[in-house]
Amino acid sequence: MIMALIRPERLEAVEEALAKVLDEGDNYRITVDTVEGRGRQSGETEYVRGRAVKVRMVQKTRVTIAVNDAYVEKAIDAIVEGAREGNVGDGKIFVMPLEEVVRIRTGERGGKAI
Amino acid sequence: MDTNTIDPGSTAWMLTSSALVLLMVPGLALFYGGMVRKKNVLTTMMMSFVAMAIVGVQWVVAGYALAFGKSLGGFIGWDWGLVALKDVPHTRLFADKAIPELVFVMFQGKFAIITPALISGAVAERMRFRSYLAFTILWVTCIYCPLAHWVWADGGWLFKLGVLDFAGGTVVHISAGVSALVLALMLGPRRDLQKGILPNNLVLTLTGAGLLWFGWFGFNAGSAVAAEHPVAGAVAGLAFTTTQSAAAAAGLSWMLVERYHHGKVTSLGLASGIVAGLVAVTPAAGHIHPGSALLLGAAASLVCYAAVQLKGRLGYDDSLDAFGVHGVGGIFGALAVGLLAFTPVEGGLGQLGKQALGVGVAAVFAGLGTFVIASGVKALWGLRIAETEEREGLDLHVHGERGYHFDQV
Repeated sequence: MIMALIRPERLEAVEEALAKVLDEGDNYRITVDTVEGRGRQSGETEYVRGRAVKVRMVQKTRVTIAVNDAYVEKAIDAIVEGAREGNVGDGKIFVMPLEEVVRIRTGERGGKAI
Repeated sequence: MDTNTIDPGSTAWMLTSSALVLLMVPGLALFYGGMVRKKNVLTTMMMSFVAMAIVGVQWVVAGYALAFGKSLGGFIGWDWGLVALKDVPHTRLFADKAIPELVFVMFQGKFAIITPALISGAVAERMRFRSYLAFTILWVTCIYCPLAHWVWADGGWLFKLGVLDFAGGTVVHISAGVSALVLALMLGPRRDLQKGILPNNLVLTLTGAGLLWFGWFGFNAGSAVAAEHPVAGAVAGLAFTTTQSAAAAAGLSWMLVERYHHGKVTSLGLASGIVAGLVAVTPAAGHIHPGSALLLGAAASLVCYAAVQLKGRLGYDDSLDAFGVHGVGGIFGALAVGLLAFTPVEGGLGQLGKQALGVGVAAVFAGLGTFVIASGVKALWGLRIAETEEREGLDLHVHGERGYHFDQV
């Protein structure tokens, strides 16, 4: 299971890179949501009637994909390729073991269901 | 023209203007509602909306009688026949004007509705709703009605002195702005002010600013009915033109000063500039040339922008700048018309002096009156909500609702 926090504007590039390494091509499974958080990157500054207000959280896009073991390194490389700008705020990738997968429609489990 | 007959043109325009001025109230609700945090969006909009319900009743029951009834020494009006408008036949014309009195009652009523709503910008996100309601009804009755009488009623003492207030610089904007400042000082700042408070939805604010601009044509060009005899026309056209000119110049000027100050042209800035220009031209609309209106609007944005920046230095929390825009813009416009006026009197130092008197009287009366009323309400119920309620938001605590449920299917 791979969870990546990336810059929102890099999502497209990450998706293209993943499509090249995963079997399903453009049709691979992915979950994307918008999150807020704080890392080393500082928040944006907004102006409210001349007063500068520092936003404490930075908006990020979270990409979650579940892959079989053979694809983990390929997927990581693809995400890095798509998301890297070389500046603070490029994001992070978390990889964790996945205990079980169940396809709800058929009841299939494990690698087939992923 | 025979003053005993209805003029259809004037009457149609006044009916339209009355509706336009009412549209400013939801416009103001959107303008203010977008600027607060999302947990307070409903209560902030409600503070404007309830004025339509509360003052809408008060005005028919007694407000009109107090403001425009037979003058008692120039200080207050009263006439039992005007209570609930019971002795106002719908065919009766208003004074020496060629419009029905009921049309005038409605037009003036909309002004009484929007004025206390303006104050709500200063108390947003922390005032007890019930205290706000009590304050509103008392304020309109004890502050607004007498002021409207002094400045606009035939027998009013400021009116007789020759103080110019075309559409409500003193009665509406200075009184609301100064009262807003007093309330903001009495309430103290919002708890999270230092952390930085961001608006929840500037799209609402821009929509509201657009509605305010649109409605303001009724506010200002409708007010020509009082200046023209017996029918409205030429002065209404002048007021319409100066309103447009001042708002445009003020919007432009705010954009420029902001660009110079911190490098960005913000949408909230443009919206604020437009409103500042509309406020400043209100007392002057039917009295000045369009060219003067351009200057007045442009200067008003500079003055209001400075006032808003000063707020940060002084540390009081006029949440949405009711004083910074309406109070300061109103004072600026009311004074400027003393110099810029060309009709019905020529501007000059003499007129400026009269204007300063009007400004001073309105500011002191509204400021002291607000302090007394708010102190009474505070003794009864307190002005400020509890800390947990402020943290969790007034929408849920006061109204039992949330403004947004976007995440639900």
